[in-house]
Amino acid sequence: MRNTFRQVFHSPRFVTGFVIFIFLLVTLIVYPLVSPGDPLEMIGLGSFFKPGTYISVLDAAGTPAQTLKLPDAADKRLSSMLSESDRVSMLRWLTAVGVPESEIDLQDTSSLLKLWRENYDAKARPKGMTMSDRRFYQRLDEQLESAGSAEALTLMRQDEAGENQEVGRVSGTDYVNVKDVANVRTLPLGTDNFGRDTLKELVSAMGTSIRIGLIAGSIATCIGLLLGLLSGYLGGFVDDLIMFFMNIFTVIPSFVILILITYSIGQAYRGADTVAIVIGLTSWVWTGRSVRSQVISLRNRDHVNLSRLSGHSLMRIILTDILPYIASYVVMAFILQISSGILAEAQLSLLGLGPRTTEVPTLGLMMNWAMLYSAHINGAWWAYFPVILVITLITFSLNLMNTGLDQVFNPTLRD
Amino acid sequence: MNKSEGFVPAERGEHALPCLSGRGVTRVFGTGAKATVAVDHVDFDFHEGEFVSIVGESGSGKTTLSKMLLGLLSVTEGEISFQGKPRDISTRRRRREYWQGIQAIFQDPYSSFNTFHKIDAVLLDCIAMRGGRHLPMEKKREMMAEACGFVNLKFEELTNKYPFELSGGQMQRLMIARIFLLRPRILLADEPTSMIDACSRSTILDMLLNLRNETGMTIIFITHDIGLAYYTSDSVYIMEHGRFVESGSAHDVILHPKAEYTRRLISDVPKIYEPWDLSTV
Ligand SMILES: Nc1ncnc2c1ncn2[C@@H]1O[C@H](COP(=O)(O)OP(=O)(O)OP(=O)(O)O)[C@@H](O)[C@H]1O
Ligand SMILES: [Mg+2]
Repeated sequence: MRNTFRQVFHSPRFVTGFVIFIFLLVTLIVYPLVSPGDPLEMIGLGSFFKPGTYISVLDAAGTPAQTLKLPDAADKRLSSMLSESDRVSMLRWLTAVGVPESEIDLQDTSSLLKLWRENYDAKARPKGMTMSDRRFYQRLDEQLESAGSAEALTLMRQDEAGENQEVGRVSGTDYVNVKDVANVRTLPLGTDNFGRDTLKELVSAMGTSIRIGLIAGSIATCIGLLLGLLSGYLGGFVDDLIMFFMNIFTVIPSFVILILITYSIGQAYRGADTVAIVIGLTSWVWTGRSVRSQVISLRNRDHVNLSRLSGHSLMRIILTDILPYIASYVVMAFILQISSGILAEAQLSLLGLGPRTTEVPTLGLMMNWAMLYSAHINGAWWAYFPVILVITLITFSLNLMNTGLDQVFNPTLRD
Repeated sequence: MNKSEGFVPAERGEHALPCLSGRGVTRVFGTGAKATVAVDHVDFDFHEGEFVSIVGESGSGKTTLSKMLLGLLSVTEGEISFQGKPRDISTRRRRREYWQGIQAIFQDPYSSFNTFHKIDAVLLDCIAMRGGRHLPMEKKREMMAEACGFVNLKFEELTNKYPFELSGGQMQRLMIARIFLLRPRILLADEPTSMIDACSRSTILDMLLNLRNETGMTIIFITHDIGLAYYTSDSVYIMEHGRFVESGSAHDVILHPKAEYTRRLISDVPKIYEPWDLSTV
């Protein structure tokens, strides 16, 4: 027994899967301690804020500034102000006045600005430019000039009389240390469509999904094991009866049954655990079938016959002469059931039949929200890609553990 | 018959009561077109203290018959009587009682043990079955050591080992030690030597004969090897396709076979049995 354990932990596949899974579990436990709070709290007004560190503008302005003279500060400021369409407009002007297109790099702001300063002339009338086009370029040039000069901003505060009073000035060389700013919030994965912290939501969803997987997997494995043992060992009428149910469940795809049941339960009663139980109740069939066939082949083994001849009870024979022989198989089936339970929840939630949305996030629900609010079209990759990654990691690690176990328990199958 | 004074060969014939007999015993596997009749209306009478061989080639239904005799497989048709009364194994208690009287050694020693249990467990089970569950541990160890001694095994070397740490011959001898502890009236040995080498084979056979001589138990020995049957048995049943084609004393059946099938079995015996002068047949 100890030997088997050691072998299992020497299997590279199992260890890799195990390490990934443990890493996810540790994240699950540690992250809420590091970053406490309600994962479904809507902190952002608006959807899909980009990942990054958010600094309160008011607090930043109120924080005492230090002067830093950074040589490329002005260029950076300009490049962040220059929108993509402005750059394209500049390209149009430059090519119109004869600059070869190969010399222009739209992303390199400083060279673009240099070209612009060399070639822009408010009085020039390049071919194909209308009056309003030229106006537009005039305004653009003015904007660029003023931004480049980095004049100070004046901070005003309205007093009770409604008069604006100057409270300070911010110049181009003023910097505050982020640590000194009272309100800074890092959103490593930005916010989702409802303005919720995606990372916090993701960690919480991962926990719920693993919990769903565990509940569904345990239920499916228990039912499958019990029915498989009974039908395989007892045979006869019991076997016929159980096989009848197994066949029904096989003929009707269990996902269809799952959809029908979850739909009939209704949104209001569908908690995460209810969904997990329903998934478990509909996915035991293949465990049951394979346990049954294993038991049938074991039933005729002589050690079982010998145990019967020794007058052992049915329970004792099943527990000591059959179960240990299929235990490794059942563990592997259980691991697969966990991962298929997680995937089943994701599928259900994508169809809008997942747990009700107000209480806990699940990986499936996060995908569903991202899809409903077109995160993929908005380019908000952080709302769906990490979710897919986590689902993949969970199922990948579980399957790796499973193949690792398989190699240890069925060495003949080793490639 | 006085068991305490060692084995006295049972008289055969009308006066001796059979301890296990069957009339029209039949077993059909499957139903409809796929039905196979593994055992087809066989009649037999096994007598107290006899060494009976059932001989037949592979697939003739020997194992099926033995499982039915043991009550591990239900009988499709026919009647089995145990010690003169129709056998009743309908309840668990009755089955336990029945299995006090009839025990078995199986073909494959490697699959006869639960690999998750130490071999002590098998022997302790036997002691418990004989009502020794509450004996002190020392007494139990003594009994186990005695049983192992009977089959030339050293209990001290075996205790706390797992079955897979033993050789096939050792396992099969341990199975005989088990029978030694259980002392059933009838022992069913289903090809107990077919999976082990020739040397261990004769050891095992000698041990079975010893066991019979010491306890007077009936041994039903199932084999496909008619030579072995001749060497050991008092009476022989020849089985072909689920039927007994010939039966009688070993001497009569093997030296003066009537059935064609028996002749074929005998002619298939390797030349190693030449000294038995089977060529005259
Ligand atoms: N559980 C079963 N289900 C269906 N058919 C069976 C079953 N067990 C045995 N049979 C069939 O019954 C026939 C007799 O089998 P059995 O095992 O009794 O033969 P045997 O004489 O013991 O052969 P061997 O010498 O190879 O052990 C075979 O044709 C076999 O296919
Ligand atoms: Mg057989």
